[in-house]
Amino acid sequence: MTDTAQAPGHSATKRSLIDVLELDIRLLGMLVAFFAIAVIFTIWTGGTFLIPRNIFNITVQTVPVAIMACGMVFVIVSRHIDLSVGSMLAMCSAVMAMMQAYWLPSLLGLEYGNPLILILTILIGLGAGTLMGAATGWLVGYQGIPSFIVTLGGLFIWRNVNWFTTNGQSVSLTDPNLLMFGGTEGVLGAPVSYALGVAASVVAVLVILAARKNKVGHGFTVKPMWAETAMMAVIVAAIMMFVTWLSRYPIPPSKLRRMFEARGETVPEGYTAMHGLPISVLILILVAVVMTVVARKTRFGRYIFAAGGNPDAAELSGINTRLLNVKIFALMGFLCGLAALIAQARLQSHGNDIGMLEELRVIAAAVIGGTALSGGVGTIYGAVLGALIMQSLQSGMAMVGVDTPFQNIIVGLVLIIAVWVDIIYRKRMGITK
Amino acid sequence: MNRNGQTPLVEMKDVSISFGGIKAVDHVSIDLYPGEVVGLLGHNGAGKSTLIKILSGAYQMDAGEIRINGKKATIENPRDARAHNIETIYQTLALADNLDAASNLFLGRELVKNGLVDDAKMEAETRKIMGRLNPNFKKFNVPVSALSGGQRQSVAIARAVYFNARILIMDEPTAALGPHETQMVAELISELKAQGLGIFLIEHDIHNVMKLCDRASVMKNGELVGTVNVDEVTDDDILGMIILGKKPAHLAA
Ligand SMILES: Nc1ncnc2c1ncn2[C@@H]1O[C@H](COP(=O)(O)OP(=O)(O)O)[C@@H](O)[C@H]1O
Ligand SMILES: [Mg+2]
Repeated sequence: MTDTAQAPGHSATKRSLIDVLELDIRLLGMLVAFFAIAVIFTIWTGGTFLIPRNIFNITVQTVPVAIMACGMVFVIVSRHIDLSVGSMLAMCSAVMAMMQAYWLPSLLGLEYGNPLILILTILIGLGAGTLMGAATGWLVGYQGIPSFIVTLGGLFIWRNVNWFTTNGQSVSLTDPNLLMFGGTEGVLGAPVSYALGVAASVVAVLVILAARKNKVGHGFTVKPMWAETAMMAVIVAAIMMFVTWLSRYPIPPSKLRRMFEARGETVPEGYTAMHGLPISVLILILVAVVMTVVARKTRFGRYIFAAGGNPDAAELSGINTRLLNVKIFALMGFLCGLAALIAQARLQSHGNDIGMLEELRVIAAAVIGGTALSGGVGTIYGAVLGALIMQSLQSGMAMVGVDTPFQNIIVGLVLIIAVWVDIIYRKRMGITK
Repeated sequence: MNRNGQTPLVEMKDVSISFGGIKAVDHVSIDLYPGEVVGLLGHNGAGKSTLIKILSGAYQMDAGEIRINGKKATIENPRDARAHNIETIYQTLALADNLDAASNLFLGRELVKNGLVDDAKMEAETRKIMGRLNPNFKKFNVPVSALSGGQRQSVAIARAVYFNARILIMDEPTAALGPHETQMVAELISELKAQGLGIFLIEHDIHNVMKLCDRASVMKNGELVGTVNVDEVTDDDILGMIILGKKPAHLAA
């Protein structure tokens, strides 16, 4: 590698397709793995794996882990770890469940179903997560206790404070509004989903074109227009296919009947309705987009990566690395609260073991997604894809009748193999970090 | 030392710091005037890097006083030092290996547009300054871990020079450089000096010290051996100070 290796546009003819498209090899690898899993299970299940209902379920089940994995990327990139996310999820879930079932109705005298219950429950749940995370961050950043220890302690503490909060009882979600975050109970229907798909496609294209224009404006080389167009086509196709697929999952007639009866009507002859995008998936997409922007385009994100790449350099550059740690863990806690909202809504109740062992899935998702435990390297989309790969694998195995213990063994092996392949790839490419 | 009635840019008076039992810097006083290059010399472990890290805010002194432009200054962290227009090229370079040249150059001082970091603008600025400092430099879009020692050094130098420092600290800036690049750094130092900057230069090559510096302060075992005007001494005088730890006889008075 020398200075003169790449004069812009100089050796364009010799560059491979991957270079021209400026594709991320790791992303490509994950997509290949994901498609391989999809193809194998589609064949194995005789097509059932791919039907809209199953895709819908896999997507919905991925959401809580994927949301937390986005935060875990920041934690691991900054050379920390958070083992307490499963317990924080449980704690947030307990607080929210108690809020909506007992505390808010009795303290404020609110009627069941009052929208104020929904709003306060969510705000307090997210606030609780943020506070727990900030406490972790303060112990790590200002007191210098290793995050492994603080969060290992947190794993025990929050899991059991959760137990005391609910007296060890399960609490069912009595507030009907909260259920909309669970999946099948909160869907946007086909027309709205298509509209959102089109809107997202337009935004994606505009963002790509704006970035290109910005680069040209500063006189930098950009990839050829055909390559840019191809990328945009693939992205738009992926968005629209996803939306179409979820919009082909019909709401069962029995449920339609109940929905109409609730409004004192009867289902018209031949009436059908589709699920479309679940609200929970929309939230995940929003989280992933915001977190990506934070990672790449804000000072906060830049400092997280700098601190992970070289903590001393970050400090010497005048970055307040202590406060940075508080922010990173507070954000992680906030996302645990959000994940709790969705997880408990999907289960329609808070149980003591909600989020149990989830910390390991969250860390695995981030690591499968290419986040390096040595710090400084990681992407949000990788973590989301990592969560999706794990969930697909697990759902697929469940469908073909693999026993749960065996499923977990496979997931464990996949984690190790993913990191192993990555290490081999880095060695081959001569990438040291 | 109050030359021509000028106020010193920097005065460090009776500065001390210990790590555990080791007195890394022991009652050292040095100063620096505008348009002046002061060399800091001494064996490895003499305390040079530690002394300048106190000035750059990386360490807090146990005792002593720092004055900037004649006024007492409190430098508790690197942000304080930057606020006093002190820029530092650390011996370790202090680069985040996983970030590219522009991100490192602007680390902690990113250019922001609409609340988001303006990477294109920062890269353009980086290209400008690198074009001046190291015209061969082409690797703007790779992490600095992929750069050679010399290239990394030029990124660290660019970062110190870009922000219009008044006081520049260079801790062995030519350690990883070849003869040609070393020559370019020498020219840069002369240029900055002509612009009126004060520069602390830690440098092992006596020849370079004699060529670039106005004064030289020699340290040994954390203590200041003495400060001499470079044009009043020979190479051997300075070597004697470094090795023997005392001023040559004809200057001792
Ligand atoms: N952070 C630190 N912790 C403990 N000892 C240190 C630290 N920094 C420097 N020292 C010690 O202080 C002394 C001076 O080191 P240094 O300033 O790096 O010397 P020089 O730059 O002159 O080679 C050495 O004995 C070194 O081991
Ligand atoms: Mg040193």
